[in-house]
Amino acid sequence: MSLDPCKVQLTADGRLKHFLTTEGLSKELLTEILDTADSFISTQERDVKKVPLLRGKTVVNLFFENSTRTRATFELAAKRLSADILNLDIARSSASKGETLMDTLWNLEAMYSDMFVVRHGDSGAAHFIAEQVTPHVAIINAGDGRHAHPTQAMLDMLTIRRHKGGIEGKIVAIVGDILHSRVARSQIHALRTLGAAEVRVIGPGTLLPHNIENLGCNVFYRMEEGLKDCDVVIMLRLQKERMQSALLPSESEFFKLYGLTEDKLRLAKPDAIVMHPGPINRGVEIDSTVADGAQSVILNQVSYGIAVRMAVMAMAMSGQQQEKNERNGEGA
Amino acid sequence: MSSLAILNARLLDPSAQLDSTQNLLVENGRIAAIGALIPAHVVEHIDAQGQWLIPGLIDLGANLGSAGNIPSEAKAALQGGFTHVCALPDASPVLDNAALVQAWVEKAAKAGQAKVLPLGALTQGLVGEQLASMVGLMETGCVALSNARAPFKNSYVLRRVMEYAATYGIPIFIAPDDASLSGAGCMHEGKVATRLGLTGVPRSAETIALSQALLLIQQTGVRAHISQISCARSLQLLQRAREDGIAVTADTPLANLIYTDEDVVGFNSQFNVRPVLRSEVDRQALLAAVNEGELAISSNHRPHDVAAKKATFADAQPGMSMFDGFLPMALTLVAKGELKLAALLNALSALPAQVLGMTHGLKVGNEFSAVLYQPDAVHRYRRSELASKGRNSPLAGQTLQGEVKAAFVAGERVF
Repeated sequence: MSLDPCKVQLTADGRLKHFLTTEGLSKELLTEILDTADSFISTQERDVKKVPLLRGKTVVNLFFENSTRTRATFELAAKRLSADILNLDIARSSASKGETLMDTLWNLEAMYSDMFVVRHGDSGAAHFIAEQVTPHVAIINAGDGRHAHPTQAMLDMLTIRRHKGGIEGKIVAIVGDILHSRVARSQIHALRTLGAAEVRVIGPGTLLPHNIENLGCNVFYRMEEGLKDCDVVIMLRLQKERMQSALLPSESEFFKLYGLTEDKLRLAKPDAIVMHPGPINRGVEIDSTVADGAQSVILNQVSYGIAVRMAVMAMAMSGQQQEKNERNGEGA
Repeated sequence: MSSLAILNARLLDPSAQLDSTQNLLVENGRIAAIGALIPAHVVEHIDAQGQWLIPGLIDLGANLGSAGNIPSEAKAALQGGFTHVCALPDASPVLDNAALVQAWVEKAAKAGQAKVLPLGALTQGLVGEQLASMVGLMETGCVALSNARAPFKNSYVLRRVMEYAATYGIPIFIAPDDASLSGAGCMHEGKVATRLGLTGVPRSAETIALSQALLLIQQTGVRAHISQISCARSLQLLQRAREDGIAVTADTPLANLIYTDEDVVGFNSQFNVRPVLRSEVDRQALLAAVNEGELAISSNHRPHDVAAKKATFADAQPGMSMFDGFLPMALTLVAKGELKLAALLNALSALPAQVLGMTHGLKVGNEFSAVLYQPDAVHRYRRSELASKGRNSPLAGQTLQGEVKAAFVAGERVF
């Protein structure tokens, strides 16, 4: 029987052993991730950036979907924790994909890997691996289908905390293609748990998933209403394919309605920050003057990404180690 | 003259208003007497004290995979309580020609287990473009024709399929699904799909295809049965069609009466099925329709090996292996008070018999196809010991109360 995804990632005493989703994690645990990441930011500013927390451990970057930036930040994070890192880009073969996936993982497990950083196009892939394939390898979800991208969400939380002094009481708007966005889902869960006053999603009906309000957010179709009084505006990337699948008429109409311009940004609070998980499409979801403007913290997000990934990798490895010690203890 | 006496069983057949502990006498494959004293010449007796004798269940749709699977699946069907199984045409190879159907019929007869009733394909290769040789398929032993869940190319093809079938009085089964709306969906479109980030199948994929089918059934006058209903709204459409004078029957898979989209939380690929598991509101409406005698229940049995389900949710093969423990599983709904026992048995035997135009049930003169069920037996379903080749049984690893102890097809004890 499958367990709830949120439970699978925790040890018996509630510590992190995988990082699969922000959903269902306690405020204390999310705060611990942010505090740990904060402490790593200070080490990143030193000349010698390495800490020995993962020394002797092998981390495998397992990317079934293309990604340059996320993979690179995970690689850097692992190296700064002194781990050995192996990068694997695995194109999905069309035949017997499930089998290939499992065989690949079992082979890697047999090489005594300690952690898999997994990106996969199918929702639930990281959970499937953690629960059914290699339960004693720490799994860090680097994005699964439309389901979750928890490290991205946590680096966004860190960004808000560092630039707005905290998440409690803040009004946060997430704008654009919510339907296809694993980032948005992970952000909504984290923002709710960390006490945001209101989470808003803004977009056209075709890009808003069914019953999204059940996740605890308010739905807006118009920027004029949705951006009012916001402390944080998070823009999502719009993929070009959306035009072909009859979800949108054109990029220009989307930009006219939802593209973040200086005029639209004035609807939010004057000190509102602008975020984007990247890579940005200038002139599609965000105007260059806003992306490069004073309120934009997009580049800060990237540098916090390494610290957040170091934090969850260190925490999950420690949780796995604890379980391993308990298993060995029982066996003795 | 062969004869058999079943003694002291609780005879249970709502279609015959029968619920009492009596004896039953079978002669030459038919029920010769109920409740009467057993004549001295009858030598074969079965003492069925503490057991139920019920009409054999009739399955309106199961996928048996390939002809090679017939012995295992027909045996698993018997253990689940089915004496008759309609085999869906989306087998490998597709049941779209008389020679293949002939081979299936012979293989099933040789296996001597549950009676396999082939549902031939409506279109060649189930592609939905050209008509299959419908008359030839029926002459070879198909009980009805169906396109399984494969789409018709357009409304024109569906219209012609129905017109042609109507010409020869061929009954057809339609499983309504608008492929352009269901698309890559792998679960019910709703709050759970949104939370899990899985692509949803909207209810409209079923209701639009159903509306289209009902209008064409009315226009062509074809005798039609609607397979695998999953939504409350579909029941309303069927109700309205009946009020308009369209004689149409329908079934829902057992899984849709037991599970909902909430069971998908945790990404357990076991719950990747078609039709998709819908909301609790839909499940309640389906249960109510079964209780009212308006909806039959099918197994929607679809056996897979372990590897087919050992994949991410969307990538796993859809379907559940339902035969092992089917009747005990269905009876859990009675134990929970969600279905009346009479309604459940009706939905699994009398209604399907009516759909297929079969004479069935515990009545003197009828062919004796029935099962003996022991309600207080306890059975553990070990994955390695399942009768079906399918390892994707929702009961694997579980223990359930109740067990089929014997099965009879046309008077013969086959299990």
